[in-house]
Amino acid sequence: MRETLINWMPHVMEQLPDLWEALADTLLMVLWSGAVSFLLGLFLGVLLTVTKPGAILENKPLYQTVDKAVSLFRSIPFIILLTWVMPLSRALMGTTLYVRGAIVPLVFGSVPFFSRQVESALAELDHGLVEAALSMGSSPWEIIFRVYLRESVAAIARGTTITLVSLLNLTAMAGVVGAGGLGDFAVRYGHDRNWADITNVTVVLLVLIVCIIEFIGGRVVKKTTH
Amino acid sequence: MIELNHISKDFGAGRRQVHAVRDVSLSIEKGEIFGIIGFSGAGKSTLVRCVNLLERPTAGTVTVDGRELTALSAKELRQARRKIGMIFQHFNLMPSRTVFGNVAYPLRGSGLSKAEIREKVQKLLDLVEIGDKADAYPRQLSGGQKQRVAIARALANDPSVLLCDEATSALDPQTTKAILSLIKHLNETLGITVVVITHEMAVVKEICGRVAVMEQGRVVEQGEAFSIFAKPKEPVTRSFIRTTSNLQKIEELIAQDSPIVRLKPGELIVRLNYVERSPSEPVISEASLRYGVVLNIIFADIEIVQGAPIGGTVAIIGGEREKVTAAVKYLIEKNVGVEVLKDARDAD
Repeated sequence: MRETLINWMPHVMEQLPDLWEALADTLLMVLWSGAVSFLLGLFLGVLLTVTKPGAILENKPLYQTVDKAVSLFRSIPFIILLTWVMPLSRALMGTTLYVRGAIVPLVFGSVPFFSRQVESALAELDHGLVEAALSMGSSPWEIIFRVYLRESVAAIARGTTITLVSLLNLTAMAGVVGAGGLGDFAVRYGHDRNWADITNVTVVLLVLIVCIIEFIGGRVVKKTTH
Repeated sequence: MIELNHISKDFGAGRRQVHAVRDVSLSIEKGEIFGIIGFSGAGKSTLVRCVNLLERPTAGTVTVDGRELTALSAKELRQARRKIGMIFQHFNLMPSRTVFGNVAYPLRGSGLSKAEIREKVQKLLDLVEIGDKADAYPRQLSGGQKQRVAIARALANDPSVLLCDEATSALDPQTTKAILSLIKHLNETLGITVVVITHEMAVVKEICGRVAVMEQGRVVEQGEAFSIFAKPKEPVTRSFIRTTSNLQKIEELIAQDSPIVRLKPGELIVRLNYVERSPSEPVISEASLRYGVVLNIIFADIEIVQGAPIGGTVAIIGGEREKVTAAVKYLIEKNVGVEVLKDARDAD
């Protein structure tokens, strides 16, 4: 078995410990920045939805500010964002290197994206439901939690799946500026040393991770759609 | 029960400003079923939303059950809304919750225990005759069943008012009838005041005691449903009544020169409208016997509104010229509205 594997992908087998470490780094980056982005993005997405003109907590200055900020960060290419937020990353995390150093830029890269995903998920909600809740005497908080979020679980799960996959993409780029992970692994060995088997295996691993994310997302959507 | 005092509601500003409701004052009594009818865009949906302040009027005051809603704080208003149930054209049930979950929704924070909520929801579902659907999801229900769930939900906090915003407009005629009779039943047994918004005259005919007719944001006519039907004053009211009556078909038949309406010389086609509350006298027989004319009824459309017959017949009158004229005069004297639609008295 091992012999066959060594024949097929000699360099991968040689760098096996490095590969596992890179995989672990990638997963750590996705999990940490994913968790933080999920909470922040959910918060901002809800904020955008309820402060919009005509919505339950209409607040034009707040809406405009958040909306413009989200658009601004959405339009900065991630590779530039990576270096741009380095000072903030150093201040918050104490470093700009390794997984620790990658969390802040990854959060900046995915929160605006996820906020829009949440905003569009909540926009799918039939406004009649909000109206019905208001007519029953629900407070804005109740409407946020019991109507907007509760009734949009499936749509938010879809947005989360898309965001996690794009986040996985971003971690590969973060690797280039010292965060480690699969992207960095593939570039260092696969590209720089021209070991194609390393690139191929990395790609297979990434595809597997995407499949797992989409599978779980799909299950959540199915479970919450009636 | 509901006092709307000089309500106006504008949307937008400047040149694009829309006056959805203009200076409407209405007084709706406790326990009545009040209809507000108008064509699309007449402002009736905006007006009903002003009752529970889903739309806050630009001017005017709203008083429900003795409390001036327009003067309440946000929190007090939420409390007051619990006593004003509302149902909608598209039901607005929450798709991720079961029927039970939907009806239980407004009961959170009402101080009832879990067991009490369970009991109350079941009672409400039994009241609207879908006690066996508690575990179904809205998607699995028909339109009529969905509206029943919505009614149960609207009644959860024992409101004194039920607002129905085009509640039957998405339903077929048979289901509409069933839902209307349910609403009527609730009105009679619970004493709940009902406001019905509709563009269907049939709905008014079925359940309303009093009606207001809206056009371009104004109430142009209001009164007892019967008198609105019998003696509509405004053109918009008349055109509404026309939509529900078969008596208008005669004009199409005449225009098409249908064999049914081809006249022999000396005959004429009349439309007779009964506008009195009790046309118990057999006026048609009487006219025929007394003046020796032949009355051939082509069709009739008589309905019961508020317990009294209303409507009319279309007939061909034939006979000697003077006798026909005298018969028509007699009918007019008997307070029957007579319209001559086609006259062949001078044909020869």
